[in-house]
Amino acid sequence: MAIESFDVAIIGGGPGGYVAAIRASQLGLKVACIEKRETLGGTCLNVGCIPSKALLESSELFLQASKHFENHGIIVSKPQIDVPAMIARKDKIVKGLGDGISSLFKKNKITRIVGQGKIIATNRVEVTDKAGAKSEIEAKFIIIATGSEPASLPCLPMDGEFVVSSAEALCFKSVPKDLVVVGAGYIGLEMGSVWTRLGSNVQVLEFLPKALPLSDTESASLLQRSLEKQGLNFNFDTKVTGGKREGNQIIIDCEKSGQKLQFKADKALVCVGRKPNSLGLGIEALGIVVDPKTGQIKVDQYLRTAVPNIFAIGDLVAGPMLAHKAEEEGVAAAENIIGGKTTVNHDTIPSVIYTWPELSSVGKTEEQLKEAKIAYKIGKFPFIANSRARTMGETEGMVKILAHEKTDRILGVHIVGPRASDMIAEAVAWVEMQASAEDVARTCHAHPTLSEAFKEAAMAVEKKAIHI
Amino acid sequence: MITEIKVPSVGESISEGVLSKWYKKTGDTVKVNEPLFEVETEKATTEVVASHAGVLTTLIAEGEKVLIGAVVGNINIAAGGTASPTIPASVSSASVSSETIPTGAASNPAARHLAEKAGVDLSVVTGSGKGSRILKEDVVAHVESHAKPTAVVPKDARREVARETRQRMTPIRQRIAERLLHAQQSSAILTTFNEADMSAIMTFRAKYKESFQKKHGVGLGFMSFFVKAVIEGLKAYPAVNARIDNQDIVYQHFYDIGVAVSTEKGLMVPVLRNVDELTFAEIEKKIVELAVKAKENKITVSDLQGGTFTITNGGTFGSMLSTPILNPPQSGILGMHAIQKRAVVVDDQIVIRPMMYLALSYDHRIIDGKEAVSFLVRIKECLENPERIFFSV
Repeated sequence: MAIESFDVAIIGGGPGGYVAAIRASQLGLKVACIEKRETLGGTCLNVGCIPSKALLESSELFLQASKHFENHGIIVSKPQIDVPAMIARKDKIVKGLGDGISSLFKKNKITRIVGQGKIIATNRVEVTDKAGAKSEIEAKFIIIATGSEPASLPCLPMDGEFVVSSAEALCFKSVPKDLVVVGAGYIGLEMGSVWTRLGSNVQVLEFLPKALPLSDTESASLLQRSLEKQGLNFNFDTKVTGGKREGNQIIIDCEKSGQKLQFKADKALVCVGRKPNSLGLGIEALGIVVDPKTGQIKVDQYLRTAVPNIFAIGDLVAGPMLAHKAEEEGVAAAENIIGGKTTVNHDTIPSVIYTWPELSSVGKTEEQLKEAKIAYKIGKFPFIANSRARTMGETEGMVKILAHEKTDRILGVHIVGPRASDMIAEAVAWVEMQASAEDVARTCHAHPTLSEAFKEAAMAVEKKAIHI
Repeated sequence: MITEIKVPSVGESISEGVLSKWYKKTGDTVKVNEPLFEVETEKATTEVVASHAGVLTTLIAEGEKVLIGAVVGNINIAAGGTASPTIPASVSSASVSSETIPTGAASNPAARHLAEKAGVDLSVVTGSGKGSRILKEDVVAHVESHAKPTAVVPKDARREVARETRQRMTPIRQRIAERLLHAQQSSAILTTFNEADMSAIMTFRAKYKESFQKKHGVGLGFMSFFVKAVIEGLKAYPAVNARIDNQDIVYQHFYDIGVAVSTEKGLMVPVLRNVDELTFAEIEKKIVELAVKAKENKITVSDLQGGTFTITNGGTFGSMLSTPILNPPQSGILGMHAIQKRAVVVDDQIVIRPMMYLALSYDHRIIDGKEAVSFLVRIKECLENPERIFFSV
């Protein structure tokens, strides 16, 4: 069989891979994208970002209808949830977006290869399809974008039925009566939120003393208290030691402050982190360095591995394991292949948690600034004082801006509240433009909008907020 | 359009010098007549100003030897006369505000606001942001290092008036300071005094004021008399019109008289050329011309160069008597002062006469005391009896 030759072969069709493919094609390169799933989009589209947001949307609306419509004078009888219908809607959205990526591939003349990729030489990739058949392609450059998969707890192995990962939790056939969520990171909180709203009794088990350990502490506790009010139960300093089936349920054994605890549930969702898919790619043999502890592939600032024509991006390499970070790196790698020097600034990558209220951040947390001994000023503005939030009836949360004590440069922004996910884009733009808090304070924001809270927080840095 | 900046000629026999100082740097927006750089030659240090407005690019570094006529930089003149950056800066802000939007490198809102408040021209601020974007902290730093009396006062008003105000010397002020110090230290400056009865001149002025103005379109001032008297003195005592060049005394057989003019930027001494060939009217016209030029900041380098002697008039400010400093490489300078009615003795009678003190500062290395005194006496004679100028007695 003739071996087809490409300029770039991309292993992985997730947000990192497919974006790299499209960018490379825009730059005039001949591109092949190898993805083992039938649908493109990777974890993000198929079992991550998109399905979870769809379910969060559905469950939030259910919550609104159940608890908040009457505040508006809207009388509805007690709403019911048709889980299969909700899942079907989610599936339809995922399929639609997946088809969208496929047509983008067609438009950009990217060769789509279904199968598992393995690098067998610095310019050769072997593809194994579902049936086990092997083929090869040649490529001048290779971008590895195989992403990550959920980490597992050795003491509580996943069986896909009772002990599940987020992928399965997005496909439950019915609302679990009791749900245990192991890990109070963003996945645990989002998935916990979905099912709590729909009626589950959710117990979150977290090894550390607090939720969202990497987030700004004040913002994380604000969110945590809100989630508790919504019915999420938090158990901190709780270490899972094992679990066993009991009929149609699962018993989880834990230890907390020396005491033994047990939780009974219909399902246990394990979300204790994700690990890079760097094994089985054949890269060590080529001299590409993989960190044995983290599983991350070592790359330079231009996303190049130790082999000059092989790049690695996304969850495989250091930095936040976020889809948009992978996308930025995909673009950078494609540009660097043709001689560019594009780098990705990790300081301006936002992060969002899609609970309600949402939590979004960019830049440094107060803890990070304190540790680096950087003097800073704080400007805060609560949504309860924001007119738009009041009309929406969404008054929980606040905007917090951290500015450099001397230069007034914006160092960090943390938002807990309605639409924080969209509001953070303004903050990222300001940070990219090296703006000071005063720059924001002197920029007009439409009224009445949630974005005014951002402006007022900036004004609050110099104690000049008007509406508080 | 790019216009080249060349090292101007600073004197006939000079072919090279050293570019001793840049006042501006690459990327700066410069205005017409704004000082750009300094050229040091063995004879003089000359300040060169911008001939056009635009964005500067320097090509030769400070301290480099340059030939006269060499290209040391260029100015990028944007169409319409507004400066546009030659560096790949981001597009200047398009937002509308009630404050003036400067052209040039882009700037953040707080930076513009602070610049407006502190009276800082954004075109002189170096932006440290991406694409040379001017950030708030850049303007803050600029204000701190160039603190003028109009610098931003913290909003919580100061409780008492500051005891000191610090202000950086402008490049021209620095140059003036350097030259004065140099003059003081490299020549042996002495001053000799005399006084002159101005009544004769005043009589002439009163008599011919109108007809002079009518005929020549310029007033008959004192300066033409002073200048004419000085020529008589210089002709009689050539050493006063000479200069020292290393081990040589160079006697200059032409009379280019510098007339000191006070401007906002400092003292300037533009030169009247070949004054011995000019009539009274021509002298007065030339002086008016130079005064206007100085006021409008249009004095060029060549206007300031090559004088052989200088006249300065402190009288316009009320000075009774002073000791002028030499204007190197000249060897003499005549100071005129205020005309005051004083009681003096004429023919053993005490009379009231309009008297003016004269001061001649001179370089004692080549002008002896006797010469200096005699020179000043000659001036006095010509002022008290202007007809002496006609008759050359």
